[in-house]
Amino acid sequence: MGMTMTQKILAAHAGLPSVQAGQLIEADLDLVLGNDITSPVAIHEIEKMKVDHVFHRDKIALVMDHFIPNKDIKSAEHCKCVREFACANEITNYFDVGEMGIEHALLPEKGLVVAGDVVIGADSHTCTYGALGAFSTGVGSTDMAAGMATGKAWFKVPAAIKFQIVGKPAKCISGKDVILHIIGMIGVDGALYQSMEFMGEGLKYLSMDDRFTIANMAIEAGGKNGIFPVDEITEAYMKEHSKRDYKIYEPDEDAEYVAEYTVDLSELAPVVAFPHLPENTKSVEEAKGVKIDQVVIGSCTNGRLSDLRIAAEILEGKHVAKNVRTIVIPATQKIYLEAMEKGYIKTFIEAGAIVSTPTCGPCLGGYMGVLAAGERCISTTNRNFVGRMGHVDSEVYLASPAVAAASAITGVISDPREI
Amino acid sequence: MQSAIGKVYKFGDNVDTDVIIPARYLNSSDPKELAQHCMEDIDAEFVHKVQKGDIIVANKNFGCGSSREHAPIAIKAAGVSCVIAETFARIFYRNAINIGLPIIECPEAVSGIKEGDEVEVDFDSGIITNKTTGASYQGQPFPEFMQKIIDCGGLVNYINAK
Ligand code: SF4
Repeated sequence: MGMTMTQKILAAHAGLPSVQAGQLIEADLDLVLGNDITSPVAIHEIEKMKVDHVFHRDKIALVMDHFIPNKDIKSAEHCKCVREFACANEITNYFDVGEMGIEHALLPEKGLVVAGDVVIGADSHTCTYGALGAFSTGVGSTDMAAGMATGKAWFKVPAAIKFQIVGKPAKCISGKDVILHIIGMIGVDGALYQSMEFMGEGLKYLSMDDRFTIANMAIEAGGKNGIFPVDEITEAYMKEHSKRDYKIYEPDEDAEYVAEYTVDLSELAPVVAFPHLPENTKSVEEAKGVKIDQVVIGSCTNGRLSDLRIAAEILEGKHVAKNVRTIVIPATQKIYLEAMEKGYIKTFIEAGAIVSTPTCGPCLGGYMGVLAAGERCISTTNRNFVGRMGHVDSEVYLASPAVAAASAITGVISDPREI
Repeated sequence: MQSAIGKVYKFGDNVDTDVIIPARYLNSSDPKELAQHCMEDIDAEFVHKVQKGDIIVANKNFGCGSSREHAPIAIKAAGVSCVIAETFARIFYRNAINIGLPIIECPEAVSGIKEGDEVEVDFDSGIITNKTTGASYQGQPFPEFMQKIIDCGGLVNYINAK
């Protein structure tokens, strides 16, 4: 029987000619990732293991991004623990204040992940790198510790769902609308334990940034990973960012999919996910008019340069509504600098928004934009669970940067096509 | 024979890791501290009610959301002996096994068990018995490989034993 993209990558890394869904395998890892929340737990675990050193100092990435610059003493202690571990083990890819960014924007930008890789990360949105044609998935801290110690991880080979992408998107439609539409269609457990494989002629209209956004939210449908085929757009990105060799895996003609869906980009309207699940999607038409107190534009989902460009184009020469706190967070230092050079930062500040140094911050209710009881935020992040951004009685609406920027101007959820 | 026995607390669909242990407490990784806030955003009274050995029963996709291992750690440290659900989100499933929190999938048991029932779970056979009603259910036992990790007391010991 034929294999999917994911199955081929896993087979190659397990040293097997073929694998099938449900099989338990042990695969070699190209990269093991952790952040300032999950790494301290992993470091504690690896200390209990009978190993003297990590499996490969270049194949571990430790990114301080959730609570940095440290918001309090405890988070400072966490970063200190990771920093000391990175120093002691001479970890090449340790990223701290000044050279960091949100992990899932930073790793592709630094060229640390390329097509054909197998990556685990102690962060659920590790699935982001599927945009590059890699197999990457989120695990817990103990798995991360085992990965750092042995360079291997166990996987159950996933079955796959095929998403056939067709048509050309209209103006103001981005990767965020595509993935919110899909999650609305299949539900937050619609891809549980499975890989989401995107293909079809419509992919040529989706930029790398769009694809990162889509793969990023595969986990919000319960998926083990999301993966895109490698085309000229992917190759151009990898050549620009990485010196590493990449390997392209294509699905077999007779690969098996447990379900198939078609997404026609030309039919999509901007989507908004209502509280408290990413599957509670409505078109912006239906969402219009909901009053908001805060806007967040950023995160590993939508804090890339094109996201900031879209927001800046909408906010250019305008001002955010009174009492709507608008927080813009470039995902990496490089994006921050480019946004500054292109004048986006000036546009945001003149429009009455604030711009922060890269951080996860408000995305997980950490700091920098925590909500009070009864407050509502429209956000370009990926989760709107109860209490995700602050008080349990606050609400988060998920949308694209275009919808978020348009809503900042009016103070109510708005359609960017009408601004 | 390994088993769990306790009073049941029931939860619905898609109980996510943000309500199991809110991110505002993730500046700690101390199990005792995490346990004090377990389930806080879905049931603020939970930690005051739960007794050692009690069991959580939930509908589908339990533990969805972030990869934080702090979630199963908080549940285990709060004294919960087992979580029974229709399905688990995959990272939570992996994490629970890796840290040694027993979990078991069984949709029939979930629909047959009510809040407050007394339930016994036999991990070797996967049999779940509702002592309040007398009904019993066959839960999904672990694949052999996962059973080995559990028998070793978690992934760390499993690797050390290899
Ligand atoms: S931006 Fe949000 S979702 Fe992304 S890694 Fe940070 S906390 Fe997680």
